[in-house]
Amino acid sequence: MTAQHMPLFEVFIRSRRGLDHKHVGSLHAEDHQQALEYARDCYTRRSEGVSIWVVKSSDIAASQEEDAGEFFDPMDDKPYRHATHYRLPQEVDNM
Amino acid sequence: MHTQTDLFHYTLGLADDALVLGQRLSEWCSNGPFLEEDLALANVALDFIGRARMFYAYAARLEGAGRDEDALAYLRDCREYRNLLIMELPRGDFAFSTARQFLVDAFNLPFLEALCGSTDSELSAIAAKALKESRYHYRRSRDWVIRLGDGTPESHQRLQRAFDEIWGYSHELFRAGEAERRLVAAGIAPDRAALRATWESLVAPVLTEATLKRPADTWSVDGGREGTHTEHLGHLLSELQFMQRAYPGLQW
Repeated sequence: MTAQHMPLFEVFIRSRRGLDHKHVGSLHAEDHQQALEYARDCYTRRSEGVSIWVVKSSDIAASQEEDAGEFFDPMDDKPYRHATHYRLPQEVDNM
Repeated sequence: MHTQTDLFHYTLGLADDALVLGQRLSEWCSNGPFLEEDLALANVALDFIGRARMFYAYAARLEGAGRDEDALAYLRDCREYRNLLIMELPRGDFAFSTARQFLVDAFNLPFLEALCGSTDSELSAIAAKALKESRYHYRRSRDWVIRLGDGTPESHQRLQRAFDEIWGYSHELFRAGEAERRLVAAGIAPDRAALRATWESLVAPVLTEATLKRPADTWSVDGGREGTHTEHLGHLLSELQFMQRAYPGLQW
């Protein structure tokens, strides 16, 4: 199977008890429909999930290692940005 | 009036269908065209083997002769198997396996739906479990028929040849012997012949979309339910039964 016909897809699964989809791995498939079915076969065999997202790996943009300094370090010494004193009402507990 | 033996033989036939097809599918494990499809085929194989276990367990109880599911699955000789011939044909190339799987999946869908309405509660319970699997199987094999049929010249030619070679084995799906007809009259077994129209509606449009020619109904083979098998079943059983025959009573 040539790479052009079977692009790589990233797979995200939401478990029965979960609220968000988690990245579980990747696979090759011809299109999104086939990627969903292969994800079902590869990643939900042991009842790991109830919902599947597949995204073409080429559609994912990732932050670069060399930018880590300017992206993330400045947050370290600004505690006034955290909403530490706000208590969430029970109804919105899962924010 | 049907007998307990009729029901035992009928259930055994359904179990053998599932076991033999599961075994053929499992032969693709580590031999698949690529990793994802290898896993998918192994999953389908396990679905059928799981189904076989349920039918064998029930058959063993019906027989009431002290045999368990393993004894039925692994310790009978060729002529005692009651599976349809289409299940035991060798896996061939990927196109042949696809063609066989598609024809069987298109049958299992209406068959299991009908079996859900069986007056026998065990059979209808097994059918209800198996039906969801079969919906997925049909989706998969339908997709592959279209991908390969409406694919490259090579995939189209291989799949057309596969359907041409296997078509005559599909008629056995719709045949029922005397014993089975007694069970149909009792509301236990679905009427196979009556499922043909639905099967056609699940098969013909897909073949058309896959740009394939529907083979002619000029030849047919049967005998599976009576134990008259092709030479392929013997080879399958020699692999399937080796462990149990070489090490009788072995426990994991």
